[in-house]
Amino acid sequence: MSDPSVTVTVDGRDLEVPAGVSVLDACRVGGADIPTLCFGPTMTPANACRVCVVEVEGSRTLVPSCSRRVEEGMRIGTESDRVLHSRRLVMELLGSASELDRAGGDLPRWMELSGADPSRFGEAEPEKGRQPPSPGHGHESIPGRAATVFEPVKVEDELYVRDYSRCILCYRCVDACGVEHQNTFAIAVAGRGFDAHISTEFDVALPDSACVYCGNCVAVCPTGALVGKIEYDMREEGVWDETRQEVTRTVCSYCGVGCNLDLHVQEGRIVKVTSPHDHEVTQGNLCIKGRFGWSYVGSGQ
Amino acid sequence: MDIRLLLDRPTAAEREAVDRVLGSATSDWDGGGPSRADGHVARGGRATRRRRHLLLPALHAVQDESGSISRGALGYICERLSIPPAEAYGVATFYALFDTGKPRAPVMVHVCDDLVCMRRGGAELRIRIEETLGPEREGAGERSWGSSPCLGQCDRAPAALVHTAGTGYETLAPYDGVTSQVTIGQDRGELTLLRRAGVVDPASLDSYRAAGGYSMLDRAIGIGPEGVIASLEISGLRGRGGAAFPIGAKWRGVAEAMGPDKFVIANADESEPGTFKDRVLMEGDPFALIEALTIAGFATGATKGFIYVRGEYPVAETLLAGAVAQAYEAGLLGRDVAGAGFTFELELRRGAGAYICGEETALFASIEGHRGEPRQKPPFPTECGLFGRPTAVNNVETLVAVLAVLEMGAETFASIGTERSKGPKLFCVSGDVTRPGVYEVPFGTTLRHMLDLAGVGGSGRVGAVLVGGAAGAFVGPESLDMELTFEGAGAVGAGLGSGALIVFDDETDFGPVLARIARFFRDESCGQCVPCRIGTVRQEEALVRIATGRTIGGLEEERTRLGDLARVMTDASICGLGQTASTAIQSAMRLGLAGAP
Repeated sequence: MSDPSVTVTVDGRDLEVPAGVSVLDACRVGGADIPTLCFGPTMTPANACRVCVVEVEGSRTLVPSCSRRVEEGMRIGTESDRVLHSRRLVMELLGSASELDRAGGDLPRWMELSGADPSRFGEAEPEKGRQPPSPGHGHESIPGRAATVFEPVKVEDELYVRDYSRCILCYRCVDACGVEHQNTFAIAVAGRGFDAHISTEFDVALPDSACVYCGNCVAVCPTGALVGKIEYDMREEGVWDETRQEVTRTVCSYCGVGCNLDLHVQEGRIVKVTSPHDHEVTQGNLCIKGRFGWSYVGSGQ
Repeated sequence: MDIRLLLDRPTAAEREAVDRVLGSATSDWDGGGPSRADGHVARGGRATRRRRHLLLPALHAVQDESGSISRGALGYICERLSIPPAEAYGVATFYALFDTGKPRAPVMVHVCDDLVCMRRGGAELRIRIEETLGPEREGAGERSWGSSPCLGQCDRAPAALVHTAGTGYETLAPYDGVTSQVTIGQDRGELTLLRRAGVVDPASLDSYRAAGGYSMLDRAIGIGPEGVIASLEISGLRGRGGAAFPIGAKWRGVAEAMGPDKFVIANADESEPGTFKDRVLMEGDPFALIEALTIAGFATGATKGFIYVRGEYPVAETLLAGAVAQAYEAGLLGRDVAGAGFTFELELRRGAGAYICGEETALFASIEGHRGEPRQKPPFPTECGLFGRPTAVNNVETLVAVLAVLEMGAETFASIGTERSKGPKLFCVSGDVTRPGVYEVPFGTTLRHMLDLAGVGGSGRVGAVLVGGAAGAFVGPESLDMELTFEGAGAVGAGLGSGALIVFDDETDFGPVLARIARFFRDESCGQCVPCRIGTVRQEEALVRIATGRTIGGLEEERTRLGDLARVMTDASICGLGQTASTAIQSAMRLGLAGAP
């Protein structure tokens, strides 16, 4: 039995798409350029960032295209003034609260395309005045300054760094650690509202938590809030340079599962290991050995 | 699920408190002592995890017992329910009434600093409390205090909620010192919904029955589920919680859904600033809510119901708990309700300090034992609600109005009010009025008439009325002849919302008022979606700048910025909180209430 299809209209063009696909997929089939942030191709949409919203005729509010399924006859607009406004404001709001200069993917391009100006909400709070989020709410901001999500960088081990001043609370790391991928549940969203943040239980250090150091949270983080220690150190030193990196695909040699590894090599040295998101075995996930167990490669012995 | 537990152990008192909710642990598998059989069987698994919905009751038990939730206590709850500690911590830190920080003083006073209380002696009260107990949340020794959003006691402001470790909560209006009061502003002869409130003994089923109680359940059983739903459709009754959805359509949706697992829920998480009508109904006439919810179960085929009552309403909760117990004893709940052959179980759940949990999908998440984060609709609750099952959620006043429909007949009910707004309606009048309280009037009554009933106080001249609470809109003195109907409110750019009418006299400085409304949304945003999580913060910052005369780029630029924020929050937020977080502020801007030269 072939999949039934439905007809939808995207920006005035009729399209036939398989029933059950997301509005985002339908729009992209139709050639529309829609940004996404919290949406991960291997994960259930978290619906959190709202940067992918589009107009659906008959709907009072804009609709997140990543999670909404197409329906027969749906009329979708991706370029209306309303859509562009929300897109720009979401970028501006995120840029005003979090440091986005290490965000990967499409974010820099979209910041520019949408004309976002995060500085219009005022000067950011000085780091010194900002306390790490405390449980509960009622946090006081500094008058005349724009509150940020600043937190001191957490360096608790040799494998990865948590720099939550870059966090946009997309829920991807929590979902990857939990039901979507790893089922370890070492981290969750704690607190509420603007004080919501990613945390272990009672904010214990990662080595004291349930973390198994698979690094699958690092793999899905879109903004560089979670990053390998080597990459973090190189970035801090100003020597991280992706244009000088070569990526070599291989198969992990530790066990028989057959995970694909992408070795990121800069100046003859492995600086990061990932797995392709579209690889059917891993969907981008690895274990501690595949992701971090390669220091022997560069050993002189 | 393979979870890593906390190594901290609970105290004996904490363990007992948790066990009172969850029952005793049966083996080493769920936190009990080791037994000989443990090595030969595996317990836990799905059966344990299905009890996840008991997380909030267990956290409440510990908080009530100790005044805070220690690592040991949280760890024990996690062990009992097979919940990863990071997740349980995420849940506990979501709710304002749970304390996971350092141990606090045994007595905690939550002092309301919201719109109404601050106009009615709240500011002076705070100063006195600070003098006695020291700085907010720092008071050492026996007592400490903190500020709180609206406690729903606006008819006798200023109000405070006191929590004592080992005892629990009590509400207090410091001026009169009594814990419960049913303030009805008008002549009792005109009342339908409030007819029994303040007249019957709320702790006695016999008293309720003597006043005609439970005769509507008999009538519902007589006309059958279809008869009940058809009556509601004819009556034109629409929801009183804010969304104004036709109740007949909602109940029909659930009644027609397949499968035996369905739910009906009374949304008693009344947290809209300036709103206290549901509290008055529950404190004055708790059995009416239970009877109405039983009828909801009968009509929709749901065999299980919940009342989700806000944590700040301890008197209502206690009375409801007693009423549920008496109804069970009398055979009016449980199996074979009233001998009519249907089953209806009813459970009471207590919120924990989160306005957002009045949003129906957040309410589901909260009952299920999660952070109160709303989810995207569709799917709608009638299709996919509590535990993913078809669910009808109704506001307390709406449910009580169901009794009125059955009693007076659908046609009579529909003849009250206007074309699109039918029946009697409760309004909570507070602020600068001489007789604050709940008023019951037919739909279509004008705002001016309501103000005549309650008497304008302060300077005696109206500056503006906030219709519908913080999520509502300001209307100016030129609009006092507006009809208080869904359509009439819409015509002046407002909504009836929860039925709150907060009156501000013409000497009000609206700068701080608007900043307080903005702070309310900043504090109460769940934090899930960007437009609301960050937009409510930027909105508050802008209003503080305006109120203190230090704008960025002048007032006009601030207005543009606020307009941009309003638009993205309204258009792109997940739920009604973000979508209405700018309504009152934008209406004030249009009326020129803020930043006037």
